[in-house]
Amino acid sequence: MIKDKRPEHRWHDMGGLEAGPINNESHDFAIWEKRVDALLTLSTKKGLFTVDGLRRVLEDMGEDAFETLSYYERWVSSVNQNLIEAGIYTLEELGEKMAEVKKRGKTYGSAQKVKT
Amino acid sequence: MMILNGSHVKIKDISPPGHLRTPKYIRGKNGVIERCLGVFKNPEQLAYSLRAEEYDLYRVRFKMTELWADYSDNPNDTLDAEVFAHWIEEITNAT
Repeated sequence: MIKDKRPEHRWHDMGGLEAGPINNESHDFAIWEKRVDALLTLSTKKGLFTVDGLRRVLEDMGEDAFETLSYYERWVSSVNQNLIEAGIYTLEELGEKMAEVKKRGKTYGSAQKVKT
Repeated sequence: MMILNGSHVKIKDISPPGHLRTPKYIRGKNGVIERCLGVFKNPEQLAYSLRAEEYDLYRVRFKMTELWADYSDNPNDTLDAEVFAHWIEEITNAT
Protein backbone atom coordinates (compact mmCIF):
# COMPACT_ATOMS: atom_id res chain seq x y z
CA MET A 1 0.00 0.00 0.00
CA ILE A 2 1.47 3.34 -1.01
CA LYS A 3 0.58 6.03 1.49
CA ASP A 4 3.21 8.66 0.72
CA LYS A 5 1.84 12.16 0.62
CA ARG A 6 4.58 13.31 -1.76
CA PRO A 7 4.66 10.63 -4.45
CA GLU A 8 7.48 12.47 -6.20
CA HIS A 9 9.67 11.91 -3.16
CA ARG A 10 8.68 8.73 -1.35
CA TRP A 11 9.55 8.45 2.33
CA HIS A 12 12.55 6.12 1.97
CA ASP A 13 14.12 8.34 -0.71
CA MET A 14 15.60 10.60 1.95
CA GLY A 15 18.84 11.83 0.37
CA GLY A 16 19.33 15.49 1.25
CA LEU A 17 16.85 15.58 4.13
CA GLU A 18 17.95 16.53 7.65
CA ALA A 19 19.37 13.37 9.23
CA GLY A 20 19.17 14.28 12.90
CA PRO A 21 21.32 12.46 15.45
CA ILE A 22 22.75 9.09 14.39
CA ASN A 23 22.76 6.14 16.78
CA ASN A 24 26.22 4.55 16.51
CA GLU A 25 25.63 1.80 19.07
CA SER A 26 26.23 -1.72 17.82
CA HIS A 27 24.31 -4.76 19.02
CA ASP A 28 24.20 -8.52 18.57
CA PHE A 29 21.60 -10.11 16.38
CA ALA A 30 19.07 -12.57 17.82
CA ILE A 31 18.93 -16.05 16.31
CA TRP A 32 15.59 -15.29 14.65
CA GLU A 33 17.07 -12.22 13.01
CA LYS A 34 19.93 -14.29 11.58
CA ARG A 35 17.36 -16.76 10.30
CA VAL A 36 15.44 -13.99 8.54
CA ASP A 37 18.69 -12.95 6.89
CA ALA A 38 19.33 -16.57 5.86
CA LEU A 39 15.78 -16.82 4.47
CA LEU A 40 16.49 -13.95 2.10
CA THR A 41 19.74 -15.52 0.93
CA LEU A 42 18.07 -18.89 0.38
CA SER A 43 15.09 -17.35 -1.41
CA THR A 44 17.17 -15.23 -3.77
CA LYS A 45 19.63 -18.07 -4.51
CA LYS A 46 16.69 -20.28 -5.42
CA GLY A 47 15.40 -17.52 -7.68
CA LEU A 48 12.10 -17.14 -5.81
CA PHE A 49 12.46 -13.34 -5.74
CA THR A 50 15.19 -10.72 -5.77
CA VAL A 51 16.54 -8.21 -3.29
CA ASP A 52 14.71 -5.64 -5.43
CA GLY A 53 11.44 -7.32 -4.43
CA LEU A 54 12.50 -7.16 -0.79
CA ARG A 55 13.12 -3.43 -1.10
CA ARG A 56 9.89 -2.82 -3.03
CA VAL A 57 7.76 -4.27 -0.23
CA LEU A 58 9.76 -2.46 2.49
CA GLU A 59 9.19 0.83 0.69
CA ASP A 60 5.50 0.14 0.11
CA MET A 61 5.02 -0.42 3.87
CA GLY A 62 5.30 3.33 4.28
CA GLU A 63 6.92 5.52 6.88
CA ASP A 64 4.82 4.19 9.79
CA ALA A 65 6.43 0.75 9.51
CA PHE A 66 9.83 2.38 9.90
CA GLU A 67 8.74 3.70 13.31
CA THR A 68 6.70 0.72 14.56
CA LEU A 69 8.66 -2.33 13.37
CA SER A 70 12.30 -3.27 13.91
CA TYR A 71 14.67 -3.81 10.99
CA TYR A 72 14.24 -7.59 10.78
CA GLU A 73 10.54 -7.40 11.59
CA ARG A 74 10.21 -5.35 8.39
CA TRP A 75 12.41 -7.85 6.57
CA VAL A 76 10.43 -10.92 7.61
CA SER A 77 7.20 -9.18 6.58
CA SER A 78 8.69 -8.42 3.18
CA VAL A 79 10.17 -11.91 2.70
CA ASN A 80 6.76 -13.39 3.54
CA GLN A 81 4.95 -11.05 1.12
CA ASN A 82 7.38 -11.94 -1.67
CA LEU A 83 7.07 -15.69 -1.01
CA ILE A 84 3.26 -15.44 -1.04
CA GLU A 85 3.44 -13.54 -4.34
CA ALA A 86 5.81 -16.17 -5.74
CA GLY A 87 3.31 -18.90 -4.84
CA ILE A 88 5.73 -20.77 -2.56
CA TYR A 89 3.02 -21.32 0.06
CA THR A 90 -0.57 -20.26 0.44
CA LEU A 91 -2.02 -17.99 3.10
CA GLU A 92 -3.88 -21.01 4.45
CA GLU A 93 -0.62 -22.95 4.83
CA LEU A 94 1.00 -19.93 6.47
CA GLY A 95 -1.89 -19.53 8.91
CA GLU A 96 -1.82 -23.18 9.91
CA LYS A 97 1.96 -23.11 10.40
CA MET A 98 1.73 -19.96 12.52
CA ALA A 99 -0.90 -21.62 14.74
CA GLU A 100 1.30 -24.73 15.05
CA VAL A 101 4.33 -22.68 16.10
CA LYS A 102 2.26 -20.66 18.57
CA LYS A 103 1.22 -23.88 20.30
CA ARG A 104 4.87 -24.58 21.17
CA GLY A 105 4.53 -21.87 23.77
CA LYS A 106 7.23 -19.74 25.32
CA THR A 107 9.64 -22.64 25.85
CA TYR A 108 10.43 -22.58 22.15
CA GLY A 109 11.23 -18.88 22.26
CA SER A 110 13.54 -19.22 25.25
CA ALA A 111 15.43 -22.00 23.47
CA GLN A 112 16.34 -19.47 20.76
CA LYS A 113 18.55 -17.34 23.00
CA VAL A 114 22.17 -17.11 21.96
CA LYS A 115 24.53 -19.04 24.21
CA THR A 116 27.81 -17.22 24.72
CA MET B 1 23.22 2.70 -27.64
CA MET B 2 26.28 3.36 -25.53
CA ILE B 3 26.68 6.89 -24.17
CA LEU B 4 30.35 7.94 -24.38
CA ASN B 5 32.41 8.88 -21.35
CA GLY B 6 32.37 12.62 -20.79
CA SER B 7 28.96 13.10 -22.41
CA HIS B 8 26.74 15.71 -20.82
CA VAL B 9 23.47 14.23 -19.69
CA LYS B 10 20.26 15.10 -17.89
CA ILE B 11 18.47 12.70 -15.56
CA LYS B 12 14.78 12.32 -16.33
CA ASP B 13 12.52 14.21 -13.97
CA ILE B 14 9.73 11.69 -13.62
CA SER B 15 8.35 10.24 -10.39
CA PRO B 16 6.04 7.28 -10.99
CA PRO B 17 4.95 5.63 -7.73
CA GLY B 18 6.77 2.37 -7.18
CA HIS B 19 10.25 0.96 -6.73
CA LEU B 20 12.70 3.33 -8.41
CA ARG B 21 16.50 3.28 -8.37
CA THR B 22 17.02 6.93 -9.21
CA PRO B 23 16.89 9.08 -6.09
CA LYS B 24 14.80 12.25 -6.14
CA TYR B 25 17.77 14.53 -5.57
CA ILE B 26 19.33 13.74 -8.97
CA ARG B 27 16.12 13.76 -11.03
CA GLY B 28 16.06 16.65 -13.48
CA LYS B 29 19.75 17.40 -12.78
CA ASN B 30 22.62 17.67 -15.25
CA GLY B 31 25.76 15.58 -15.00
CA VAL B 32 28.58 13.98 -16.97
CA ILE B 33 29.06 10.31 -17.81
CA GLU B 34 32.05 9.05 -15.83
CA ARG B 35 31.87 5.54 -17.32
CA CYS B 36 29.62 2.66 -18.20
CA LEU B 37 29.60 -0.06 -15.52
CA GLY B 38 28.10 -2.84 -17.63
CA VAL B 39 24.71 -4.30 -18.40
CA PHE B 40 22.25 -5.21 -15.66
CA LYS B 41 18.63 -6.29 -15.45
CA ASN B 42 16.25 -3.46 -14.66
CA PRO B 43 15.63 -3.59 -10.88
CA GLU B 44 12.40 -1.63 -11.37
CA GLN B 45 10.99 -4.73 -13.10
CA LEU B 46 12.81 -7.30 -10.95
CA ALA B 47 11.17 -5.73 -7.90
CA TYR B 48 7.78 -6.95 -9.17
CA SER B 49 9.10 -10.37 -10.28
CA LEU B 50 8.62 -9.35 -13.91
CA ARG B 51 10.86 -10.44 -16.75
CA ALA B 52 13.42 -7.65 -16.66
CA GLU B 53 15.02 -5.94 -19.63
CA GLU B 54 18.75 -5.33 -19.57
CA TYR B 55 20.10 -1.81 -19.56
CA ASP B 56 23.51 -0.18 -19.39
CA LEU B 57 24.28 1.17 -15.93
CA TYR B 58 26.30 4.39 -15.87
CA ARG B 59 28.25 6.18 -13.22
CA VAL B 60 27.17 9.80 -13.58
CA ARG B 61 29.12 12.64 -11.99
CA PHE B 62 27.25 15.68 -10.69
CA LYS B 63 28.56 18.95 -9.31
CA MET B 64 27.38 19.30 -5.73
CA THR B 65 26.34 22.85 -6.56
CA GLU B 66 24.03 21.40 -9.25
CA LEU B 67 22.36 19.08 -6.75
CA TRP B 68 22.06 21.37 -3.74
CA ALA B 69 21.15 25.01 -4.27
CA ASP B 70 22.62 26.06 -0.90
CA TYR B 71 25.89 24.09 -1.21
CA SER B 72 28.61 26.19 0.41
CA ASP B 73 31.69 23.92 0.52
CA ASN B 74 34.27 23.58 -2.27
CA PRO B 75 32.47 24.48 -5.53
CA ASN B 76 34.50 21.77 -7.32
CA ASP B 77 33.04 18.98 -5.15
CA THR B 78 31.23 16.27 -7.06
CA LEU B 79 28.95 13.32 -6.35
CA ASP B 80 28.85 10.07 -8.36
CA ALA B 81 25.59 8.15 -8.70
CA GLU B 82 24.80 4.96 -10.58
CA VAL B 83 21.95 5.46 -13.01
CA PHE B 84 20.35 3.13 -15.55
CA ALA B 85 20.28 4.13 -19.22
CA HIS B 86 16.50 4.52 -19.33
CA TRP B 87 16.76 7.42 -16.87
CA ILE B 88 19.41 9.29 -18.90
CA GLU B 89 18.97 11.84 -21.71
CA GLU B 90 21.96 13.08 -23.66
CA ILE B 91 22.38 16.84 -23.92
CA THR B 92 23.63 17.67 -27.40
CA ASN B 93 24.45 21.37 -26.96
CA ALA B 94 26.18 21.24 -23.62
CA THR B 95 28.69 23.98 -22.91
